[in-house]
Amino acid sequence: MRILTVIRQVLDAEESVKIAGGAVDLASSKLVLDTMDEYGVEEALRLREAGADAEIIAVAVGPARLEEAMRTALAMGADRGVLVECDVALDAIALSSVLAQIAKAEAAELIFCGGQQADWDSQALGAATAERLGWPQATWTNKLSLSGTTLSGRHDADASAESFDVALPAVVTTQQGLNEPRYPTLPNIMKSKRKEVKRQTLAEFGVTPKLKVLSQEIQVKQRANKMVDGKDAAAATAQLVHFLREEAKVIA
Amino acid sequence: MILVVAEYANGKLSKSTYEMVTAARESGVAGPVGVLVLGSDVSSIAAEAATVAASVFVADKLELAHYDAELWAAAVAQVAKAQGATAVLIGGSRSGREYSPRVAVKLEAPLLEDVISLKSVDGALQAEHYTFLTRVTERVAAEGPVVIVTVKPGAFAKADSGAAGSVTNVDVELPARRLKVTAEASEKTERIPLGEASIVVSGGRGVGSAEGFTATVEALADQLGAAVGATRAIVDAGWRPYAEQVGQTGKTVQPKLYIAVGISGAVQHLSGMNKSGTIVAINKDKDAPIFKVADFGITGDTQEIVPALLAELRK
Repeated sequence: MRILTVIRQVLDAEESVKIAGGAVDLASSKLVLDTMDEYGVEEALRLREAGADAEIIAVAVGPARLEEAMRTALAMGADRGVLVECDVALDAIALSSVLAQIAKAEAAELIFCGGQQADWDSQALGAATAERLGWPQATWTNKLSLSGTTLSGRHDADASAESFDVALPAVVTTQQGLNEPRYPTLPNIMKSKRKEVKRQTLAEFGVTPKLKVLSQEIQVKQRANKMVDGKDAAAATAQLVHFLREEAKVIA
Repeated sequence: MILVVAEYANGKLSKSTYEMVTAARESGVAGPVGVLVLGSDVSSIAAEAATVAASVFVADKLELAHYDAELWAAAVAQVAKAQGATAVLIGGSRSGREYSPRVAVKLEAPLLEDVISLKSVDGALQAEHYTFLTRVTERVAAEGPVVIVTVKPGAFAKADSGAAGSVTNVDVELPARRLKVTAEASEKTERIPLGEASIVVSGGRGVGSAEGFTATVEALADQLGAAVGATRAIVDAGWRPYAEQVGQTGKTVQPKLYIAVGISGAVQHLSGMNKSGTIVAINKDKDAPIFKVADFGITGDTQEIVPALLAELRK
């Protein structure tokens, strides 16, 4: 079976966001493979190590720099990559059409996708791709196993954790807790450089954005930043309660 | 028509439904506001919905007794089409954000996710939402015969109830359920839900233990009538249930007061609470990132500060 793992390249969590000319400027920032996607690659590898006869294909859609993130996935153990180069920002609904077309072309049966990507804070990609393919989905998965063609796992719903069974083909979205992604070893990094990355253009997919981004800005809420040493706990908390009652007026 | 898909729990409409009605009324989209209620045995929910909307549509079917993304998407898309909706508003809950993309694909519509504002401008819908782990505010525009929108909980005021609207039963064709839920660990709490609370008290590793959490965070929450929140780390450690998790992979909250007890402030946690009105942090590490977003910070041991705070509040 073929497993697709969706790759996105996002700002390193330790980096601050820079804005230039009303838009996020990533030019001088450290970019990494989204942790959510690392969980997907890792889980695909684990399913294979647990006995699934699987070929794992990393798929990315975006600027050429995404190859770096893809090489990380390949160094972790993915077999090959598909990179659709494009410089327009595709929203999740548009992007899902590209992914669905690739899934069909590759005859994939399982797709891993991040639960919420750290760049656009969207949760829509997995479900939209599943809908286009007519597949079911399991979102926010934190435990997974495969028995024959049935996936069993656990995921988070609105106010509960559910155990589920679902038959392949399916889309699974990941989250923290699913696994602990491996670090690529040096030999695997060397080997990954020879792995095939197929390049395609967006024009081959006939997809255009559904949303127009008008502006991006950082609205920093001014914080009072009052700091009190708690060595004298009674005095410090008296100041806090005074602050909450008289200045912030948020408690009675 | 702007169609709002009702969210409800324990026999009552959720606050998010009232907020979506406000978002719909204030959006400037032409036409009346309709509310769609999906479920089984939901006539009282429908009656409550009729106090805020001119028309209420009810799909009351046994198959809809439990949420499923594919069933919900099928039902919403059918009713939206039948009613000629130009905008469909769906709650920004985990389930809402899970089935809304399917509705968008079914209707070949754009999807605006987790919006904090919504306005019709020159025939397009403009909205703001957060990106980059809630650090950037992005303004986006969507155009089309119909636009699907998920609305961030807490971003809009609660709509006032008014005159009685009409309730119409609708029939929907539903697909078979494919994701089989084999077990459910529900996490019921007597406290106010996180998304509805005006005060949230959250705890992290700095509370020391599950018992330390109860003695500090829960005691403080009970004193203030607040909801209880937790960091991913202590949910993973099994100290607290998942339903209390605040952050990128948990819930996003925006209360008027957020008290962080023993929380260092990883960016993933900050993304779930950094838009709160007033932020208080209690942590023994004076360099903890949480203090950067705090209005009032106390450096010290949570086990000493919180009891003192409780005593002060009871004075």
